[in-house]
Amino acid sequence: MSELTLTVMRLGFLAVLWLFVIVAVQVIRSDLFGTRVNPRSSRRGGGATAAAPAAGAAGRAPQGQPPAGGPPTQGGGRRRGAPTQLVVVQGSLAGTTVALQGQTITLGRAHDSTIVLDDDYASSRHARIYPDQTGQWTVEDLGSTNGTYLDRQRLTAPTPLQPGMPIRIGRTVIELRK
Amino acid sequence: MSTFDVSSDPNSRSAGVPADRASSRRRRNTTISPQATPNRRNTELAMLAFAVLLPVLAYANVGLAMDDKLPAGMLGYGLGMGALALIAHLLMRKFAPYADPLMLPIATLLNGLGVVMIWRLDKAGPLLHNNFPAASNQLMWSGLGIAFFIVVMVFLKDHRVLQRYTYISMAVALVLLAAPAFFPERKEDLGAKIWIRMGAFSIQPGEFAKIILTVFFAGYLMVKRDALALASRRFMGLYLPRGRDLGPIIVIWLLSLLILIFENDLGSSFLYFGLFVVMLYVATERTSWIVVGLLMSIGGAVAVASTASHVKTRIDAWLNPMAAFEPKHPQGATEQIGQALMSFGSGGVTGSGLGQGRSWLIDFAAKSDFILGSFGEELGLTGMMAIFMLYALLIQRGLRTAVAARDPFGKLFAVGLSSAMALQVFVVAGGVTGLIPLTGMTMPFLAQGGSSVVANWALVAILLKISDNARRPGVEPTPTPEIQGGTAS
Repeated sequence: MSELTLTVMRLGFLAVLWLFVIVAVQVIRSDLFGTRVNPRSSRRGGGATAAAPAAGAAGRAPQGQPPAGGPPTQGGGRRRGAPTQLVVVQGSLAGTTVALQGQTITLGRAHDSTIVLDDDYASSRHARIYPDQTGQWTVEDLGSTNGTYLDRQRLTAPTPLQPGMPIRIGRTVIELRK
Repeated sequence: MSTFDVSSDPNSRSAGVPADRASSRRRRNTTISPQATPNRRNTELAMLAFAVLLPVLAYANVGLAMDDKLPAGMLGYGLGMGALALIAHLLMRKFAPYADPLMLPIATLLNGLGVVMIWRLDKAGPLLHNNFPAASNQLMWSGLGIAFFIVVMVFLKDHRVLQRYTYISMAVALVLLAAPAFFPERKEDLGAKIWIRMGAFSIQPGEFAKIILTVFFAGYLMVKRDALALASRRFMGLYLPRGRDLGPIIVIWLLSLLILIFENDLGSSFLYFGLFVVMLYVATERTSWIVVGLLMSIGGAVAVASTASHVKTRIDAWLNPMAAFEPKHPQGATEQIGQALMSFGSGGVTGSGLGQGRSWLIDFAAKSDFILGSFGEELGLTGMMAIFMLYALLIQRGLRTAVAARDPFGKLFAVGLSSAMALQVFVVAGGVTGLIPLTGMTMPFLAQGGSSVVANWALVAILLKISDNARRPGVEPTPTPEIQGGTAS
């Protein structure tokens, strides 16, 4: 092999090795910030367009949802002023957010809960937060030992939620946000 | 305030974005466009093809440089490796569809590069002292490693199952660690009793103990972390833990010292102790554990170094790596570190080119402990940096998995596994480059050694399982009567 070929191969191999590293970093970059942000303003205004984001939301909803009658409820869930995320404000999970997309959110120490509470005062299936028939987010205590509190009030029945109302379970405080 | 996102929407994995930024983004009335393949398996496939291609290229390069022709088995080996990687990938599509896209390609690439380098050193033939052809063995172990990877992928449905075996895994790890001490010492082991030999077959139980011990640490700390973090006395600005909480750390410390004394294995004892301190720190968020841990390891190392001769030689070789080349060198001075430093120096910035170095001058250890020296000479600083970047990426993906994991056990487990790998890379690379005393451990995936390859494949498989669990898009909507009624109206 000529000296030149070997030099080209040597440098070429290093270049390809680094190319792999760079591509790998690109993969991570798009993993961290991989969500392209498109302004929605171009589609605003008018009654017809109100259904468009709703249909989009229905399309992105997890499978298993009956497709029939999807848009009305989803539209209800996505109406103006409706909460879009659930935030843990206090406790060991502080800072955790869960996007609200019409799914039931279960809270408790059980490992299959949506939010696994690592809290001595929580029961294994403590409470759940779900949208009711009208798409209004509702919190319900599932017979927990130490109770679920909305503000200072212990819950006895499913209660509708407004954004910003603190739900307290043991040392954990959760609220819905827009 | 940690901001990890357990969003049930695969499209809004915005864990790297601070919460306030993410929410302000929503306030600006923007939408997040759905991605066609949220599970990123196709990215993984592309990266995997790249990762298989690179070692084949290296193989061709070695063949051309050493024999002036393409190696005969190039197509066969390339296809074989590609097929194994493809099987692993297809099974991941089925059993871990949301797992991280980078870990499998990086592991494949490192493993492939290691096999090529071992094959290249085999070709150095009689030049390399004690040269036994090892490439085909390493290839077989890699295949076995991928098979083990697949077994973990298929049978470990959920990593939280391991939580049940917290104390059993402690016992198993102790047995594995203690076992080599009871096997007869061999001449070729060079003083370190870390192998179990049965005929021609030998395994290094420490590599597996690394994973099993992590299960115990994660399970134990998950239960005890509140006691460890909260019940403490303040002393000189540090929160010192109570005596009874200090018990386990002292036990682990004594254990790692015992390994050091009875098995002469400096690296493993550092690895286990370091692993425990890292996990303690992650579980309790108390800096005092790092301080206590560092003091204890320094104290232990000094005590052992001043008594055990084996360790003392290592430290002498570290302080004065070139001593063996001096005219009147002390008896038993080891030349390997000096040779490794020379091979790095002769490699320079861009290296001598694959197949054109003289790293076989580093005696018998060139394929195992000193394989980094071989890479450093033939790929140069540029190539070494790329290799370290690959390790950094692999470890970063592991830590990222820990951030994304939703259950405390999974978090601690992922932190433990990735920091075990990080510590091992640090210990080996630091030893070979003369930063810290050399401690005969294997470079994960690169170095020759069956147990190491198999154990590291299993480690990656577990991390991928945790990652799959963490990134899986939320809970399926439970068809409760209320919701069904809601959708019908």
